[in-house]
Amino acid sequence: MLRRALRLGVGRCPLGRGLGTRRGGSTLDWDGKVSDIKKKIQSVLPGGAWNPLYDTSHLPPEHSDVVIVGGGVLGLSVAYWLKRLEKRRGAIQVLVVDRDYTYSQASTVLSVGGIRQQFSLPENIQLSLFSVDFLRNINEYLAVVDDPPLDLQFNPLGYLLLASEKGAAIMENNVKVQRQEGAKVCLMSPEQLRNKFPWINTEGVALASYGLENEGWFDPWCLLQGLRRKVQSMGVRFCHGEVTRFISSSDRMETASGEEVTLKRIHEVHVKMDRSLEYQPVECAIVINAAGAWSGQIAELAGIGKGPPGTLQGTKLPVEPRKRYVYLWHCPQGPGLETPFVTDTSGTYFRREGLGNNYLGGCSPTEDKVWPHLAQRVPAFESLKVRSAWAGYYDYNTFDQNGVVGPHPLVVNMYFATGFSGHGLQQAPAVGRAVAEMVLEGHFQTINLNPFLFSRFYLGEKVEERNII
Amino acid sequence: FLHLASSIWKWGPRDIRGLSRTVAPEGSQRKGRALLQFLADHFYDVEALREYLFRKQVLKVHQKNRSFTHIKEQYGPYIAGAYFVLKQGGAVKFQGQEWMQSNGRGRFSLDFFKFQAVPVEAVDASGCAINYQGLDNLLALKELQSLSLQRCPHVDDWCLSRLHQLAGSLQELSLAGCPQVSERGLACLHHLQKLRRLDISDLPAVSNPGLTRILVEEMLPNCEVLGADWAQGLKLGPEEQS
Repeated sequence: MLRRALRLGVGRCPLGRGLGTRRGGSTLDWDGKVSDIKKKIQSVLPGGAWNPLYDTSHLPPEHSDVVIVGGGVLGLSVAYWLKRLEKRRGAIQVLVVDRDYTYSQASTVLSVGGIRQQFSLPENIQLSLFSVDFLRNINEYLAVVDDPPLDLQFNPLGYLLLASEKGAAIMENNVKVQRQEGAKVCLMSPEQLRNKFPWINTEGVALASYGLENEGWFDPWCLLQGLRRKVQSMGVRFCHGEVTRFISSSDRMETASGEEVTLKRIHEVHVKMDRSLEYQPVECAIVINAAGAWSGQIAELAGIGKGPPGTLQGTKLPVEPRKRYVYLWHCPQGPGLETPFVTDTSGTYFRREGLGNNYLGGCSPTEDKVWPHLAQRVPAFESLKVRSAWAGYYDYNTFDQNGVVGPHPLVVNMYFATGFSGHGLQQAPAVGRAVAEMVLEGHFQTINLNPFLFSRFYLGEKVEERNII
Repeated sequence: FLHLASSIWKWGPRDIRGLSRTVAPEGSQRKGRALLQFLADHFYDVEALREYLFRKQVLKVHQKNRSFTHIKEQYGPYIAGAYFVLKQGGAVKFQGQEWMQSNGRGRFSLDFFKFQAVPVEAVDASGCAINYQGLDNLLALKELQSLSLQRCPHVDDWCLSRLHQLAGSLQELSLAGCPQVSERGLACLHHLQKLRRLDISDLPAVSNPGLTRILVEEMLPNCEVLGADWAQGLKLGPEEQS
C-alpha cells in the first residue's frame, strides 16, 4: 500500500516539475528525492534506525546486553557460545566492537595456526582437546543455511617436541599427564627419531615427544570468517569503532571480616568512530575484554590497577603486546611431506607450508639468531632462501604466560578472555564456552578454569607451564 | 504451498552437502533453491525448518556410526567390526573365509557370529557413510590387511590421521574418489610402513595430484602408489608442441 502511495506521488510529478521550471529555479532531481523519501520512510518503519536529524546507521546501538571489546577469534568465540547457550532464542543482545575490520594487527590472522595437546597443565590439555573436537566438527557447529561448508585446511601431522638431557624428565612427566587427559602422544628416543625422520640431527636431543592424533596446524582466517558468518546469522551486532571510556558506578561494601571493599559496575561503554570525534555511549550489562594484545589498555580504562601497589585495587592486568617474527623460506632438499611441527630445544620452531618445499618458522621467545639453530637441527636448512616474513603480537601475560579467564573481583561485570601468550587461537573455542558459561551460569561447567581467574595475580599464585629446555 | 512442501521433501533425504550453494543445480531445481533461499532470508520459521532438516541429516549419519558396545563386549572386536561394516552396506572377509556382504535390501546372515577368534582380513567399505566416530569399529581390527574406503563421502583428513593404529598390519589401502581427502590427510599415511598398495586416484580435493603422488611415493618407498599420472600436470615444452 505504501508503494502505491509513493507511485501516486511520483505520478503527480509533471505538475511539480512544471511549477519548478516556471519559477526559473534549477531542475529538481526528482528521482534522487524519491529515493531519499523512500529511505526516510523505511527508517521510520519499525526495525530501521531512525534519527530525524542525521544518519546514524554507522553507530552501534544505544543498548546492548553484552559488549565484547575485540573482534578476534576469542571475542567471536565468546559471542558464538553466548548465543548458543542462551536459554531463549534472542534473549541476549550481543555487540562486538573492533577498531580494525581489516584485522591487520590482530594476533589471530598473523598466527602460525598450530594446535597441540602437549602442555603440562591438565587445564590447557583439556582446553585444547575440546577445541580440536570443535574444529573437527566445525561444519556442524558453524553451519549456516545456504552457505558453503568451511574448509579449515587442517594438517593432522602432529607436533614434535625435542628435549635435551635437562628437560627429559620434565617431558616424561608431561607426557604422562597428557596421556591421562586423553591425548595421543608417544615418546621417541634419538635412534627412533633418526629412523623415522632421517633429515633430523639428533645431537643434544635426549628425548622427543610426538603427537599422533589431533595435533597439527590449520588456517586461522578460515576459522575467523566461519565464526563471523555464523555469529552474524545468530543476530550478533558488529561495530567498527574504538572503546575510549567506561562509565561506571561504585558501591562501598563490607566483607564478612569487616574490611571495606569498593565494588565497581560498568554502565556505559563509549565507542568512538574511526577517524572522527563522534562517539556513541552504549548502555550495557556485561563487558567482555577480549582485546588481545591491547587488553591491558582496556583494563586500565576500567580502572583496574589504579590503587596502591600490593592491594587488589592496585593489581594491574599483566597483559602486554609482545612482538614476534615469523619467516617463510624455501629449501628444495628440505624435509618431506611427513614433517610435523618441530620445536627445537633452543626454542626455534618450523613447519611445512604447502606442497612446494616452503617452510614457516621462527623462534619463541624472540631471538635474533634463528638460522643457526635451524641449520644445526636440520642440516638441509643450511641452504635455504628466505622468501618473506611477517610480525605479529602475542597477548603476552608477563605473570605466568597463561590465559586470564573469568570476572574481575572488583569490577564486577568485566570478564576477561585474554592473555594466552601464543596459544589463544588453539584454545579459543573452549575458552569462549567457558566464559559464556561463567556469564550465564556463574561458574565453569565443562572445563574447570578456576586456576586461570584474575585473583591469582593478587595472590601471587603462578600457573606456569613446565617447559622443556 | 504444495510446491513448497514438495521441494522441502526433495531436499530432506539428500546429503548434507546438497544444501550448500557450491553444488550446481539444474533448471527447476535452481528455481526451487532460489525460492528456498529467499524464504529462509525473510522468514524465521523457514530458516528454523531448514536448520532442523540439516540437523536431522547430521543425526542420521551419527546414528549410522554408533558403536556397538554390547556386541563388542559379548563377541569381541572382530565380530563387532564385521557387523558394523555389513550394517553400513560394505563387505567383510574373515581369514580363511569368503567375502560376506549384505544383499540389496540391507539384510545379511548372522552366521559369522561363530567366528569370534577369527581375525578380519579385509574390509571393503566403498560408498559407506563411515565417519570419524565409526572408524573406531574398524581400528579395533588389529590384523586388517586390506581396507577399501572408495567413494566414502564422510572420510576426510581427520579420519586418515587415525589410521596409524593399523600400522602393524595394513598392506593395501584404497582412497579413490573420496571427496574430502586432501594431500594433508595423505601426508599422515607415513605411519603405515607395511603398506604395499595405495590407491589415491580421483581425489577432487587434492590441489596438485601429480606432485602429491611424487611426494607420497617419496614418503612411502616400499609402496606401489596408484594414482594420478605424474605427467598430468605438466605442460608440453615448446619443442614438443606440434
